[in-house]
Amino acid sequence: MRVEKSLVKVEHLTHRYAAGATPAVADVSFDIRQGETFGLVGESGCGKTTTGRMLVRLLGITSGRVYFDGQDISAIRTRLEMLAFRRQAQIIFQDPYASLDPRKKVIDIIAEGIDVHHLAENRRERNEQVACLMESVGLRPDYANRFPHEFSGGQRQRIGIARALATQPRFIVCDEPISALDVSIQAQVVNLLKDEQHKRGLTYLFIAHDLSMVKYVSDRIGVMYRGRIVEMGDAQEVYAHPQHPYTQSLLSSIPRPDPDTERNRSRIPYEKREIAQDATMIQVSPGHYLLCDPHGRPA
Amino acid sequence: MMDMLAVKHLSVAFDTVAGRVQAVRNVSFSLCRGETLALVGESGCGKSATCRAIMRLLARNAQITEGSVELDGQDLLKLSSSAMRKIRGNRIAMIFQDPMTALDPTMKIGRQIAETITLHRRVSHAAANRRALELLAQVGIEDAPRRFHQYPHEFSGGQRQRIVIAIALAADPDILIADEPTTALDVTMQAQILDLIRASQARTGASVIFITHDLGVVANVADRVAIMYAGKIVETGTSQEIFYDPRHPYTWGLLASMPTLNTSGERLRAIPGTPPTLIHLPQGDAFAPRNPYALEADFLAEPPMFKISDTHYAATWLLDPRAPRIDVPDFIQKRWEEDPCASKSRS
Repeated sequence: MRVEKSLVKVEHLTHRYAAGATPAVADVSFDIRQGETFGLVGESGCGKTTTGRMLVRLLGITSGRVYFDGQDISAIRTRLEMLAFRRQAQIIFQDPYASLDPRKKVIDIIAEGIDVHHLAENRRERNEQVACLMESVGLRPDYANRFPHEFSGGQRQRIGIARALATQPRFIVCDEPISALDVSIQAQVVNLLKDEQHKRGLTYLFIAHDLSMVKYVSDRIGVMYRGRIVEMGDAQEVYAHPQHPYTQSLLSSIPRPDPDTERNRSRIPYEKREIAQDATMIQVSPGHYLLCDPHGRPA
Repeated sequence: MMDMLAVKHLSVAFDTVAGRVQAVRNVSFSLCRGETLALVGESGCGKSATCRAIMRLLARNAQITEGSVELDGQDLLKLSSSAMRKIRGNRIAMIFQDPMTALDPTMKIGRQIAETITLHRRVSHAAANRRALELLAQVGIEDAPRRFHQYPHEFSGGQRQRIVIAIALAADPDILIADEPTTALDVTMQAQILDLIRASQARTGASVIFITHDLGVVANVADRVAIMYAGKIVETGTSQEIFYDPRHPYTWGLLASMPTLNTSGERLRAIPGTPPTLIHLPQGDAFAPRNPYALEADFLAEPPMFKISDTHYAATWLLDPRAPRIDVPDFIQKRWEEDPCASKSRS
């Protein structure tokens, strides 16, 4: 069972792509518990990918703090500290076509982390580790000397997963890991991610726009809108009792593979609006948080 | 009801460096006035190639090796290019997946819509502009008179898709082909675009061919559904038949592999393996190697379309009278029992 201890703690995280610009992520706070999957949902441009990239320091943090296992990673300045952190926190990207170096063999792509962090004594051990990783993600180890273009989209995403697992991380940001894949392949990759999570006790930040899939994989979720988290809580609870008008609108728009439901559905519209600067997260029920204005109304 | 469009035994092949790709293999379907048909399948299953063949917009290395596409009894594949140009955009219009590449970035959007109108109708520029303004308002672009003079980059993704739809509607087509029109959009925007297509269809009485891989979208828009795999239609039926009484193991696999809002805990039922390359097709049924219900016959011969009802057909040997009886798997039937939001009125 889950240990109720935070592995990642995010406090007032903000990112601006340019000085003076509207922040892409504004004053976002949440924590991810050891061994859980925290899902981030929201429309494109809401800041979920920016948030994910800051958590593994692929993007600079404009203000705010990110603690990983108690260590303030926003304060990391030296290369050595960064190396140590990167070994523990990895990322899987959305596009399995763009995220693998086309001139490298699969074995060298997967072994990158092993090489950088000197996790193997010698060449033989390194190659054995890669073979092991390939096997566990469902790739044939004898394909190790092939190039990425020789693999299908689903297989490439498996390569991306093996690469992330190579450093034996504790935390992986999964940034839309299945949206570029076909329906029949999506389920394979999600099953693989879940299996590895159980086997290795991994903690995930799962970013996606497929709301049914996010609900399926996540223990808790955060709903982002215009750079803010507007609602956060246990996935079952948020989907069953959404409180924020944006969440309600979003969930009412999920297409369901059921004609009778689709014919008779009504969607809840959401009027786009600015979120007040002074809005804060308020707990509305145990573990369920809502972004509210100073009068206690959903912001 | 009279069929407006009839696609018969259509086969399309692409010549590539690696060899000849059988992208569409003996596909037949028809479309009645005012109805919506969803073509469903994974990438490379031939759904887009089928529609491009109907529009005669296939790439240079493609060849229609067999079949006919009849619009009101007239075979489009036999028309001259200039006659086809009068059909395209006028009687059959297409909505493309990526609105950014479908629009001309250097032309104001008002002109792009008006151009489609003047191309197909003998009207003055002023009248075409008035109609273009009307269309912009109809597809939900606010402040249309001002935005008429703006360029595509000044619009958001959802708005651009609305403009693409306005262009498709400009000549009042009889048939709209929508190729994954909402795949690039968020769910809220997707819902609005689906509503818009449906409203336009109700107003003009157009028929729609909707290409998608999203079964949620299919349930929302389709009257009838054709499921495609490896270049063939493997099951076709009314929306009700496909969702509540699916018969092909591939349809079962598709339905079962996506979580519903009630799926939790258990592993997803993934379809094992990957789709075949269409260059070296396996002997027998192309789905057999991934099919847990495959019979010996599946590896030897391609199954014909078996009739289940006047509207429901599926190509699987399981429907042969000699096949062992396989009931629709539990996980397909249970999907509906578990969903508290799903309506209970099923036959």
